Amino acid sequence: MKSLLKMTLMETKLFLREPVGFFFTLIFPLMMLFLFGSIYGNIPSKYFNGQGTVDISVPAYTAMIIATTSLLGLTITVTAYRENGILRRLRTTPINPFTILVAQVIVLFIMTLLGMLLLIVAGKLVYNLHFEGNALSVFMGFVLSILSFFSLGFILSGLMPTARTAQVVGMVILYPMLFLSGAGFPRELLPETIKKIANFLPLTYVVTLLRGLWVGDPWSRHLTDVLILSVILVVGVLISIKTFRWE
Amino acid sequence: MQLRVWQEISKDKSWGKRMYMVIKVQGLCKAYGATVAVDEVDLDVQEGEIFGMVGPNGAGKTTTIECLEGLRKPDRGQVTVLGVDPQQESHFLHLHTGMQLQLSNLPDRMKVWEALDLYSSFYPKAANWEELLVQLGLEEKRNTPFGKLSGGQKQRLFIALALLPNPELIFLDELTTGLDPQARHVIWDLVREVRSHGKTILLTTHNMEEAERLCDRVAILDHGRIVAMDTPTELIRSQGCGESLIFSVDRPLTTEFINAMEQIGRLDIQGERVIVYGDSNQSSMVKDVVLLLSRLDVPFRNLRSEQSTLEEVFLKLTGREMKD
Repeated sequence: MKSLLKMTLMETKLFLREPVGFFFTLIFPLMMLFLFGSIYGNIPSKYFNGQGTVDISVPAYTAMIIATTSLLGLTITVTAYRENGILRRLRTTPINPFTILVAQVIVLFIMTLLGMLLLIVAGKLVYNLHFEGNALSVFMGFVLSILSFFSLGFILSGLMPTARTAQVVGMVILYPMLFLSGAGFPRELLPETIKKIANFLPLTYVVTLLRGLWVGDPWSRHLTDVLILSVILVVGVLISIKTFRWE
Repeated sequence: MQLRVWQEISKDKSWGKRMYMVIKVQGLCKAYGATVAVDEVDLDVQEGEIFGMVGPNGAGKTTTIECLEGLRKPDRGQVTVLGVDPQQESHFLHLHTGMQLQLSNLPDRMKVWEALDLYSSFYPKAANWEELLVQLGLEEKRNTPFGKLSGGQKQRLFIALALLPNPELIFLDELTTGLDPQARHVIWDLVREVRSHGKTILLTTHNMEEAERLCDRVAILDHGRIVAMDTPTELIRSQGCGESLIFSVDRPLTTEFINAMEQIGRLDIQGERVIVYGDSNQSSMVKDVVLLLSRLDVPFRNLRSEQSTLEEVFLKLTGREMKD
């Protein structure tokens, strides 16, 4: 327990020292918010069911952070730890090497949550952000989404031979998904064909779930999202148990 | 606390005290698919000794060490480390041994003190890492990120990490590979100092000079087998190519001289340079050669004698150049 705490603190420091991860988790989403906020403001729009651009962007950008920390942050870190023998070194100590994976998950969870909180604070202060949902429901949706994406990150890190490959493959998967799923760009503005393609992307379900819960949709309206994300979580964990390698 | 049943061997004759087998390996075999990495290896490491495993790349050194550390499961054979089976009781082993691994690392942005602080939290009775920092000369580097350390500093940090558990046994795998001579000598001194505190050290190396200078006993591995195992001095004496004497002469040698010299050893004349090869049991070669030179009144200069090195023994036994 003491080791887990120390490890988590250490991984937090390492996260904050890594400018790229820090930037894409905490800074970049804010920049996007201010950019589109300054263009469109947060005036209720008929395109977005009477919500403003900032209102729909906060949950959507949260989905973006979830995808970035999982598919880039988690994947690259775990692959690099394996590639550089950090996991191997830990296996020669009395602590369970899973500790470092748990610590990694805790740190990325907290940082992603922090990224979302920054968006909320900035939205409230600058653009009079509206929130009509239940905070606990949104948090639960967030937890399900991030765990399900972490499991995808673990599958990837098991398959990637080096951190360099992990980075390239992570980006190739992440960037199209960000734009097609509605995380980086409002879904309403996408043509029907693209929306159909987007139905095959896991991130689409995170965006729909979080945006729905944000405006107070009942869970019953998002059973598909919950079901798909839960299946990804369970299958992802099972696959990563199979594919994960310590060295 | 676990009861340790150490294998006790008969009283060591020279020391008159009880010696313990810290490591005992019998018939160790390990293959990766069709490639046999370790083939019927037997070895014993006694308490307080520095034991070296040398051999070309792929000789099975690292695989052997990994079987001892419990990181790999042997296909066959008996392995006992600190009285336990590494596979069965890896937790016990990890509590009581220090390990420095080839190909292991720390995150680049982790600072020296942070690594020591973190790793010391893994052990219930960890050594004081502040003291280790001083002992290993890393005090000035305490706030330096791992990625900014030199090769020698990194290895010193790894030794510090290996010493954190207050281990009875330390594994050092390829500790000085890639270091410059200064850094290598610093590391050798450190290893000797660690041993002087009564710890047992098992190391692997490519560097024959390192094995010769540092190790009490050396096992030479080739193709997964131990081809020789003894003290470096004894290996050189029994397996060495003997001694050679080299000197230069100013005028051509007479037939009388050549005939007389060939009684002492094999002769090789390269222009003005003359080399006489004696075998290793010939204790009086220098005297014989010098006497002959002065009896026949042959002026000579630059006389020097060369001993076999462990490297020559190694090359003779493994029959090829080291592939580094």
